[in-house]
Amino acid sequence: MKAAVITFPGSNRDGDVARALRQAGATVVSAWHADHELPHGTDLAVLPGGFSYGDYLRCGAIASRAPIMDAVRAHAARGGLVLGICNGFQILCESGLLPGVLMRNANLHFICRRQHLKVARADTAFTGRYHVGQVIDVCIAHGEGNYFCDEETLHELESEGRVAFRYCDAAGNTSREANPNGSLNNIAGVFSEGLNVLGMMPHPENLIDELVGGIDGRGLFESLAAA
Amino acid sequence: MKARVTVTLKQGVLDPQGKAIEGGLKSLGIEGIGSVRQGKVFDIELTTTDRTKAESVLREACERLLANTVIENYRIELAE
Repeated sequence: MKAAVITFPGSNRDGDVARALRQAGATVVSAWHADHELPHGTDLAVLPGGFSYGDYLRCGAIASRAPIMDAVRAHAARGGLVLGICNGFQILCESGLLPGVLMRNANLHFICRRQHLKVARADTAFTGRYHVGQVIDVCIAHGEGNYFCDEETLHELESEGRVAFRYCDAAGNTSREANPNGSLNNIAGVFSEGLNVLGMMPHPENLIDELVGGIDGRGLFESLAAA
Repeated sequence: MKARVTVTLKQGVLDPQGKAIEGGLKSLGIEGIGSVRQGKVFDIELTTTDRTKAESVLREACERLLANTVIENYRIELAE
């Protein structure tokens, strides 16, 4: 598994996601937003968290038009794997690789805290090391994570099983109270139609070491490393 | 040639920022405010003087970057 972690101006979680991927056994190389091609032999393109272009205009909007994104689109069209975390998810939505949009959190606050997620499916390259319905404990850190799409798209996502993770409480209830940011149907992450692109607001790369509070994030990177 | 592009949220899209502004105005005691929805304004200087060309340039700018048409509408006004 060769993963290319793309740095945009304002990305700040690129080092952490690279560390998580290496720990899981993947080979990690860097890519730059102004590049026109992904490094040769890239299996997985990673769009890390951060604040690309200072979140100007709309979160992820300017980064989604960067030269490297044409290469990411072509990679995804060939069936290549793409992972976007937090700002990376916003970039994927803005680029059209995933449907919907991440709006301002319903309570208008930047939320930075631990958060439980329910794994919706375990038969993908991203989630193979989890099991369906498993509750994992990771982190969220965003001001614009409120997932929104039109009704038709929501119906499509739900009926095609393209919701990857939902916000839930420790017991796995995906209730309104367990929804931190107002996302439709507690959606925390979505897959593309071909299940080869995943965008998620939470940060699994924060929880890969017992030293800093837990290892529930490891499953995602280990799944990818084995894919 | 000068132009102004206004980007607003589509009807039916929740606007938490607009709601907060609405609450702010009401808490200032300003009477007569029904509701508030917020948006963005872009004042753009164009290099062309051809109105048809200017409109097509601005439409492309809106479609490709200035607006996210999943949730936003845009309006283009050219200065006389």
